[in-house]
Amino acid sequence: MLALERVSKTYPNGVQALARFSAEIKQGEIVAIIGGSGCGKSTLLRAIAGLDRTSSGTVTLDSEAIASPHAKIGIIFQEPRLLPWLSVADNIGFGLADAPATERREKVARALERVGLADKAQAWPRELSGGQAQRVAIARALVPQPEVLLLDEPFSALDAFTRRDLQDHLLDLWADTRPTLILVTHDVDEAVVLADRVLVMRPRPGRLFDQIEINLGRPRDRNSPLFENFKRSVLTSLDRSLDRSVPDRDAMQGPGQAMWW
Amino acid sequence: MISDAPALQQTSEPAESAAAPSRILRYARPMLGVLLPLILALGWELVVWFGWSNGRLVPPPSRVFATIADLARSGELIRHIAATLWRVGLGFAFGVVAGTLLGAISGYWSLARRLLDPTVQALRAIPSLAWVPLFILWLGIFETSKIVLIAVGVFFPVYLGVMGAILIVDRKIVEVGRTFRLSGPAMIRRILLPAVLPAYIVSLRVGLGLGWMFVVAAELIGASEGLGYLLLDGQQLGKPAQILAAIVIFAILGKLTDWLIEVAAAPFLRWQDAFGRTKGA
Repeated sequence: MLALERVSKTYPNGVQALARFSAEIKQGEIVAIIGGSGCGKSTLLRAIAGLDRTSSGTVTLDSEAIASPHAKIGIIFQEPRLLPWLSVADNIGFGLADAPATERREKVARALERVGLADKAQAWPRELSGGQAQRVAIARALVPQPEVLLLDEPFSALDAFTRRDLQDHLLDLWADTRPTLILVTHDVDEAVVLADRVLVMRPRPGRLFDQIEINLGRPRDRNSPLFENFKRSVLTSLDRSLDRSVPDRDAMQGPGQAMWW
Repeated sequence: MISDAPALQQTSEPAESAAAPSRILRYARPMLGVLLPLILALGWELVVWFGWSNGRLVPPPSRVFATIADLARSGELIRHIAATLWRVGLGFAFGVVAGTLLGAISGYWSLARRLLDPTVQALRAIPSLAWVPLFILWLGIFETSKIVLIAVGVFFPVYLGVMGAILIVDRKIVEVGRTFRLSGPAMIRRILLPAVLPAYIVSLRVGLGLGWMFVVAAELIGASEGLGYLLLDGQQLGKPAQILAAIVIFAILGKLTDWLIEVAAAPFLRWQDAFGRTKGA
């Protein structure tokens, strides 16, 4: 289980990006974090990844505190961030440097097969399309079999068709080992398609505003009325989060009630 | 130039008939660079031949090449070239190793950079030839002082090139290394050095150029063999053809070694997606 306890982050310039964010995320759960710009979504994700230190509060994975990048936590960024001097296969195997060569080759080959890029194994990253490059990035993050996979707006730079394709693909890959997925997005559709639970954040300072359970079986039909209902409730919550006249939930429940649910 | 553009496009076509003329053109294009010096040399040759100048101080190319041929025949030329190449090679090797190591260290660790870089930059500000008297006092007038001087000349551009390039490596790429928990040396080896490789090659070439510069300085100071010695000998005995011969050989060797670096580096830079790579056939 991944536990966030009163995670706060204040940048050196005094901007408070994140204020007392608490959440518990079960193993194998898919959580989408959504919110207006500047609500600290990415800051939160970087804190979980151990890339940035929190100003206060703790991130723990199975009761192990996370302060620096951890073997069990992988991350996929908005850009593929492939290493341009490595072939596609070597990029995917980047996190397996310590594994024996044969094991590495097998895992890479399987991952290439799994993301449908077996014919691109020896290609350079510059020869890939945006969607292909992001699939390589997904494979690279999944190959070391992380328990938690963080995704920072992973599909936002792609066109609508490729995005849909990759969302389905991600779920497909997720089903193999069922890692915890924490997905930052600004796309309501994406959040409802993928997540078991949507956390809505509100900005200045970034904090948790609401959470919505998506009780829909998979695969989800994007055109079903139920799907539309969930989309609407996420949108409504998002709108309310940006409306300054709406008070915080934890404020309504009295101070010190960070874990209001 | 205008006429060779469509002809070059033919190289990509499989047609047999087009292959012959386009191959000539492919070799002809680099030859364009030889055109200007060739015309100048030929012009000067004619000027002397017609007697418009006696060519005593500026000997015509034929006399320069005759000197080179003479030196080659007596075996002198090989001896001088070998001595100079040996000095440049050794000095370059030491300079590159030191420059790369220190450049990588102070590029990666900001503490090392704060400690080290001001001193290195201060030393860099000293014209390297100013070290010559000291090196001669410390290391004698033989090989050691020459090689150290060349190494010093090579060191600075390599150091600066590696450090500067590491400092501007994309943070996003470095973060990929961090998420895979690379240790410091692994980060340098697997992320930073490959990322700076294109800039590194440039700094090696600059370093090599300085190495050639400093070998002349070193050999002018006191040497019994080497191309620099040929220069000095030519000046003292009033043989401008010998000076020009040495200069021509410097030019050839300098260009050749520079080209070697370029060719050796090319396979490692195939991944680049850059403006320079888009230049047709």
